Amino acid sequence: MSGTSTGIQLTPQTAKIVRTQRIQDFLFHKLTLFFASLVLIVLAGILISLIITSWPALSTFGPGFFFSSEWDVVNQKFGGLTSIYGTLVTAVLALLMAVPISFGIAVFLTEMCPSWLRRPLGTAVELLAAVPSIIYGMFGLFVFAPLFADYVQPALTSTIGQIPVIGVLFSGAPNGIGLLCAALILAFMVVPFITSVMRDVFEIVPPVLKESAYGIGCTTWEVVTRVVLPYTQAGVVGGVMLGLGRALGETMAVTFVIGNAHRIKASLFAPGSSIASTLANEFGEAEPGLHYSSLFALGLALFIITFIVLSLAKWMLVRMEKQKGAKS
Amino acid sequence: MDASENGKTKRGEELIMDIGIYNRRKRANKVGLTLSLLAMALGMIVLLWILFILFTKGFAALNGNFFTESTPAAGSAGGGLANAIVGSLMMVVSCTLISTPIGVLAGIFMAEYGDRSKIAGITRFVTDIMLSAPSIVIGLFVYAIYVAQVKHFSGWAGTVALSLLAVPVILKTTENMLRLVPGTLREAAYALGTPKWKVSLSVILRAAKSGVMTGILLAVARVSGETAPLLFTALNNQFFSTNMNKPMSNLPVVIYQFALSPYENWVNLAWGGALLITLTVLGLNILARVFFREKS
Repeated sequence: MSGTSTGIQLTPQTAKIVRTQRIQDFLFHKLTLFFASLVLIVLAGILISLIITSWPALSTFGPGFFFSSEWDVVNQKFGGLTSIYGTLVTAVLALLMAVPISFGIAVFLTEMCPSWLRRPLGTAVELLAAVPSIIYGMFGLFVFAPLFADYVQPALTSTIGQIPVIGVLFSGAPNGIGLLCAALILAFMVVPFITSVMRDVFEIVPPVLKESAYGIGCTTWEVVTRVVLPYTQAGVVGGVMLGLGRALGETMAVTFVIGNAHRIKASLFAPGSSIASTLANEFGEAEPGLHYSSLFALGLALFIITFIVLSLAKWMLVRMEKQKGAKS
Repeated sequence: MDASENGKTKRGEELIMDIGIYNRRKRANKVGLTLSLLAMALGMIVLLWILFILFTKGFAALNGNFFTESTPAAGSAGGGLANAIVGSLMMVVSCTLISTPIGVLAGIFMAEYGDRSKIAGITRFVTDIMLSAPSIVIGLFVYAIYVAQVKHFSGWAGTVALSLLAVPVILKTTENMLRLVPGTLREAAYALGTPKWKVSLSVILRAAKSGVMTGILLAVARVSGETAPLLFTALNNQFFSTNMNKPMSNLPVVIYQFALSPYENWVNLAWGGALLITLTVLGLNILARVFFREKS
């Protein structure tokens, strides 16, 4: 009746229980491990399946696929440049507008807001993030675009549009829908994401630092720009990159208002297309073959671009967290 | 005497200069803070504007038929979104049933077993990326591995796509919530000779119950509004159907197709659906917050 090697005497019953528990523990460990690695399997699966399905297009058109602006369904000639251009332009413009606004909201919430208002306003911003993107799309198409065409676009054309070189960007017919409108709707959408990251990183600045700055007579604005912002630099950049990742991959909000045209025009008022909007519009009617495979190739490009942007965002935010760990 | 007078005038000059700097700094402060206030106001205006539009246009479409009749044919009057509502509910519920155990168990691995191991580190990184990965690519993926293989769109394909979006949300919240459980609780349970799986499931998970619930609710809220992944998987069905193996009607895709149609009745129904979906998503979000607050 020797139990275990430690020499403790176990009755057969106890030994049995110990054994079953060990087996259960082993199985449970492996089960949870399996589910956790599912995430990795899915990531690998996405990459592999996208590469396989887009291979016909990539091998036919070569790397030139990403640099050709031809998208001709009838003659089976495909190039992704218009969609990639539209994706990048709308996302970057959206960020140019969203970042200052997000910064303002985050400053308001952390430095100016009376504490009883902080929670309701913070929640309101987070609810803005929760509104499904299709709602932004409908809002953009039915409410925002007509107003934009009637008031904002003529105003832009008659002011900035008159400046020589940049003027081209704001010329053309004021249709409402187009690249600029899509960028504005995207900006509405990403503001809450960037704001909540900025607010979270602003809140980890040690109060001592801020109090010392106030103590030597700094104004609130100086504390924010010279103490809080440098301290949270990595986190702020991470938040912005996170917003960029969101803006690049957004489908519904953009599809409604971008105009869906495969052309690259100098004017930002002109309709264009983004990768996601092209997929949403054309996938349903694509015949198996080059068109279908080209759409997958666009999807692959989108996935790789967002993957890189989001990895950078994550890396920045991890750096921020480490800094927080080291200094607090 | 002379020297001290000299000093006084110098200090006076400095003071005058200082006042100039003070004014400039004060002005910069005022401008900066006013702009921040305006940014906040702009955010609130946009939120209220969207909600106002949704309520005015959405409530006009809500009537008795809205919940009982299926989507009308193109151009005809009347009808409702019953098939889409039921389809969405079925897909979201089955997605929750599938992704909850996967997400929670994976979260247990990350918090209790993996911790600092390499695989947990990589999984954590990939999860964070999958949280913001473009949902339309998830739709493409499910199309390629499922729809293209069985050669028809189906409710199950939609469920799979939604689950792929929900699992990272549940995984991440579960891990974070389990980490908040004090280590002494674990040690106390181990000291009684409890096996690890039992400690994880009946002690740690129970202690973090409301936090984990928050994650599940947030995941449900996230997937109920998703349109892009369903376009290529569940597609749509004009008729009332509860067969998960067939193309299935669902609110987001119906809203998408109807909103872009030229028929007034369809556009109105789309606004009604949009209101319904927004209220659901915002309601779930608020509920999740209440759950979380009860805990902390």
